[in-house]
Amino acid sequence: MRRRLILGGAGALGAFGFMMGLGAWRSGDLRRITGDAGALDRIDLARMDWELTDDRGDRVSPRDWLGRASMVCFGFTWCPDVCPTTLMDISGWLEDLGPEAERIHVSLITVDPERDSPATLSEYLSNFDPRIRGLTGTPAEVAQAAGAFGARYERIPREDGDYTMDHTSGVHVFRPSGALSSIIDFHEDRKFAVPKITRAIE
Amino acid sequence: MKHLATALGLAVTLPLAAVAECASVSAGGLTVTGAWSRATIGNERPAVFYVEIRNEGETADRLTGIDTPVAAMTMLHRTVVEEGVASMPHAEAVEIPACETVGLAPGSHHGMLMGLTAPLTEGESFPVTLQFERAGAVEIDTRVLSIRAQEAQCDAG
Repeated sequence: MRRRLILGGAGALGAFGFMMGLGAWRSGDLRRITGDAGALDRIDLARMDWELTDDRGDRVSPRDWLGRASMVCFGFTWCPDVCPTTLMDISGWLEDLGPEAERIHVSLITVDPERDSPATLSEYLSNFDPRIRGLTGTPAEVAQAAGAFGARYERIPREDGDYTMDHTSGVHVFRPSGALSSIIDFHEDRKFAVPKITRAIE
Repeated sequence: MKHLATALGLAVTLPLAAVAECASVSAGGLTVTGAWSRATIGNERPAVFYVEIRNEGETADRLTGIDTPVAAMTMLHRTVVEEGVASMPHAEAVEIPACETVGLAPGSHHGMLMGLTAPLTEGESFPVTLQFERAGAVEIDTRVLSIRAQEAQCDAG
């Protein structure tokens, strides 16, 4: 049952017939998130090219977010443990930021577009901070967006015929210019997380 | 641990705290307490099971499985973050070392309840049977909390 994400190596590509983040593979940027700190500079909303649909049915592109800071995380609404935890962490950070929180866009990009329609995202996100928007699209659109963030995801079949998703769990924080400011790790202590967001806003 | 046992013994004589106490069941050296789950949207999504297991005994034990009438299939999982990617590999068992407390908790080990017979509704509760290698079966009442909950909302005593 246990599967691991295999990192790097073009030879491994064939093993990922169902892996959808092909854009990321092609550009060879799977290691952006880890290791090579200089590569993080290349994750820039101003230079990204993708379009998704939000939970209200509106089309969104990264250019729409420029001029204000942004926070982006990846997840899916069938996710029982990691995603509610991340969304509650984000809700807590927004609370700590107070009025400053109005100066930042917050979005969850689904890695499970087959199940997460705009309406599904809307219903799910209504349980969390109302400032968190959900984004979905066709599988190709989601793959393109995830690739631009250097985010990875993989569909993992379960024994009962259902499936779950492995996915990048850090929260990307961008400056108003679109430049990546920092990545907040999964379940990072809020005393570290909140200053990271404050730095991006200012 | 002996100090803790003494403290707990003394605490019995004190009035109960204002916060409701968690359901708590003991078997051998194990005490199972603070079982909770999150409300679900519909019954298609898997639900979680979180609990605290205190081993005040001298021997280690292992949690090898969970069972509940509200789900067709259950599994123990562990959330792992490697290279920034979160995955939930199946855990064959959860080790419960002697004199330690182990939590199934958000972002860590957790139970997965799949094929729910009905949506889990906040405020309700349901039974879960934990299967331990040494202590045997332990049934605990599990509270359904908000989808926003991050911890048990009772006093673990």
